[in-house]
Amino acid sequence: MPEEDEFVLVVNGEERTVRASADMPLLWALRQELGLSGVKFGCGAGLCGACTVHLDGSPVRSCLLPVGDVGSSKVTTLEGLQDDPLAEKLFDAWLEIDVMQCGYCQAGQIMTAHALLADNPKPSAGEVDAAMEGNICRCGTYPRIREAIRIASGQEKA
Amino acid sequence: MMAGRKQAVVMDRRAFLSVSALAGGGMALSLTMPGLALGAHHEDTGMLTAYVAIDSSGDVTITAKNPEIGQGVKTSLPMLIAEELDCEWSRVKVVQADFDPSRYQRQRAGGSLAIRFEWLPMRQAGAAARQMLLAAAAEASGLPAGEFSTRDGFVHHAASGRKWSYGELADAAARQPAPDLSRVRLKDPKDFRIIGKPAVGVDSERVLRGEALFGIDTNMPGMLHAVLETPPAHGGRLRSADTSAAKAARGVVAVLKLDGIGGPDAMSDCVAVIATNHWYAEQARKLLKLEWDVSAAQGHSLDAYAKEAARLHDANSGTVLRSDGDATARLAEAAKVVRARYSYPFIAHATLEPQNCTALYTDGALEMWAPTQTPERGVGMIERLLGIPADKQTLHITRIGGGFGRRLFADYMVQAAALAKAMPGKPIQMLWNRAEDTKRDFYRPGGWHSFAAGLDEDGGLIAFTDHFATFGSGGKPDRTAAMQPTHFPAGLVDDLLFTVDVMDTVIPMGPLRAPGSNALAYAFQGFLDEVAEAAGKDLPGLMLELCAEDRMIGEDVNGWGTGWAFRTSRARGVIERVLKDCGWAKRPRGGGRGLGFGFYFSHQGYFAEVADVSVEGENVKVHKVWVAADVGSHIVNPMGAEAQVTGAIIDGLAEAMGQRISFTDGVIEQQNFDTFPLGRISATPDIAISWVITDNAPSGLGEPALPPAIPALTNAIYAASGKRIRELPIQSWS
Repeated sequence: MPEEDEFVLVVNGEERTVRASADMPLLWALRQELGLSGVKFGCGAGLCGACTVHLDGSPVRSCLLPVGDVGSSKVTTLEGLQDDPLAEKLFDAWLEIDVMQCGYCQAGQIMTAHALLADNPKPSAGEVDAAMEGNICRCGTYPRIREAIRIASGQEKA
Repeated sequence: MMAGRKQAVVMDRRAFLSVSALAGGGMALSLTMPGLALGAHHEDTGMLTAYVAIDSSGDVTITAKNPEIGQGVKTSLPMLIAEELDCEWSRVKVVQADFDPSRYQRQRAGGSLAIRFEWLPMRQAGAAARQMLLAAAAEASGLPAGEFSTRDGFVHHAASGRKWSYGELADAAARQPAPDLSRVRLKDPKDFRIIGKPAVGVDSERVLRGEALFGIDTNMPGMLHAVLETPPAHGGRLRSADTSAAKAARGVVAVLKLDGIGGPDAMSDCVAVIATNHWYAEQARKLLKLEWDVSAAQGHSLDAYAKEAARLHDANSGTVLRSDGDATARLAEAAKVVRARYSYPFIAHATLEPQNCTALYTDGALEMWAPTQTPERGVGMIERLLGIPADKQTLHITRIGGGFGRRLFADYMVQAAALAKAMPGKPIQMLWNRAEDTKRDFYRPGGWHSFAAGLDEDGGLIAFTDHFATFGSGGKPDRTAAMQPTHFPAGLVDDLLFTVDVMDTVIPMGPLRAPGSNALAYAFQGFLDEVAEAAGKDLPGLMLELCAEDRMIGEDVNGWGTGWAFRTSRARGVIERVLKDCGWAKRPRGGGRGLGFGFYFSHQGYFAEVADVSVEGENVKVHKVWVAADVGSHIVNPMGAEAQVTGAIIDGLAEAMGQRISFTDGVIEQQNFDTFPLGRISATPDIAISWVITDNAPSGLGEPALPPAIPALTNAIYAASGKRIRELPIQSWS
């Protein structure tokens, strides 16, 4: 195995070694080389957001990001947010009004919502829609996604 | 105590309860009963089963036998049991059953049938367990059973102030004789404490923790990943294959040529690439050099179908589906005749979790992990086509990333099983990419309608005709491309004629959420909106007029949700309610904004919806949708019920706005969400729901809110802009 095929990734705060071709999207390295199932495969083309992870805190589509381009950036998946205070607020809000139906897209929704609130703790309704536009929910849970983000951000109903 | 299928049919609708002691202390109760007969056409005369265990700590475990596809049955059915058992909902754990027909008989998600079928038996099972706990308390204390009551997992004796937890009594309850189910006492609905209260989905927290619940999440040591290269056109056959480059590619373990078996709903000719990672398999797939014979699909193009439909309409051909009176003669003498043609395209299911299945074949036995709505179908096909006996198959039903009808098919199970059988001892996960998932679907068929309506001088609807050009074989429409002869306004207009022409197609068809209804609602309610206007009325006014007399139309025949008897007074109830909610009488007209109305009855649900829409140039914005719904006497879980209604409406709006599957010579032309757009958050309207509670058996909510959303939208576009939408989708993406 050539040396350039071994990558040390910082995933959820831990250094993990992945053997993969440099062009393998981070999605497949996370799911199938590191066994992280929180990140989901939907479209493989950056169109649905199911594979959203954080790269140094910013949401990225892991289906389009080659593992060779990750470098020393910190990768965070849903599994890595379990003790995060902002994520806890999102989880609580998500459960309070039971956002999910099939649930498949929800990891990506949470990752995007987390990045939004980290950056903009009290987003307007328009800002929520703009931030979440790239995350498809095939079941149509959008009204509750809006509502849960409002609850998590501690804002009153408009 | 398990009775065989044959016996069940002649069992005279008697239910059986069997009770046993739990290994670690406690009681287990299983309920076995004949399926609800739904008339001669209903295929399912199997048995329904509930399984409830109460352990010595008082924890209640309920087995969910049906697959969960996001419609919430894994929560709502256990709620029915827990209500009558009278335990605390927080003490209930729900576990997913594997596929086991000897035990569970019907294990299926689809048709919005769960609540309809299980409303009574699930409650009876809970009530029976409660009765045995009461009997155990009476036996232990020597006091008459009538002096005991239950609440939140305890048996109380009011006179003495004593109480026993269910956990304490469970062992003794397991020794009580099972009660006669038909005599167990059910709660007075006014005493319900679980039914009708919002409950969070039993697995929601686990999803948020990122647990591996979905089919695609199945993982085990040494698991390999397979992708399939399938014919570019439907019906294609493999002529030759050069797989050498693919075999040599990184990570590839095997490349297998598989011959098609059993038709498009099983497996077409294909080449599988099996690698250590899905990515390697996909990369190697691009190196395959295959030659295909695609002649079978020559001429099977959407444009050609549309031309043929127009020719059929021009020729006024067709066989009679229903003929009442003499519609043709009445049209000729009508004061005014309205004519219009409506069409809708093929569309795909686009479940967000692509089709996948994991399989392991060892020593003649097959173990599978599958996101399937119909486990028995896959197991049966694998037995028939691959020769692996059903009793040598173990099927784990995983959580499902969206069903919508796609996973009523078992093609992906057959394919994964074929791969596993070809590579014994190796666990293999087969996963389709998005393009493959879009290309290998069983589509909602397109259809073309040519309508005519005759009005008398007072604007009364005196004649109605529809000539429907659809798909099927041998002159018979495919089940998902058919319409019922009882379709509205049949039975309510004296002179009515429905005719049908059937075209052949190689494009696979299948049920998509609210099958049939998701297309017919738009065509019929869109045309009736035109008829109402020509008559100087509005659509809800015309509907109320047609439904003025309380009547029952048709009989229950289980036709993909549309074959149910339709009661006019229930339609009136929801129409009147939605008009009130939206302020219909004072609605704005013109100026780029308008309200549109749609009503539809499917899956035993009555739904009237109004959309508030702005139109600016090509841009359509839906501001709000009002919904009035009648699904009977109870909303089991309002949290889940409202989610189903809003989700179905958002789904319907997205279908109408931009979804279309086109094809030329059998080659599907859409691949991903850029050309097959799903609904997004910014397009999501406010949705206001009113439940119209009536004294009817509760029915399901997975589907019936969807169909009327589409005509509500298209009729609103007309109200706002004066533009009639007679062809879907509204926005063109080609």
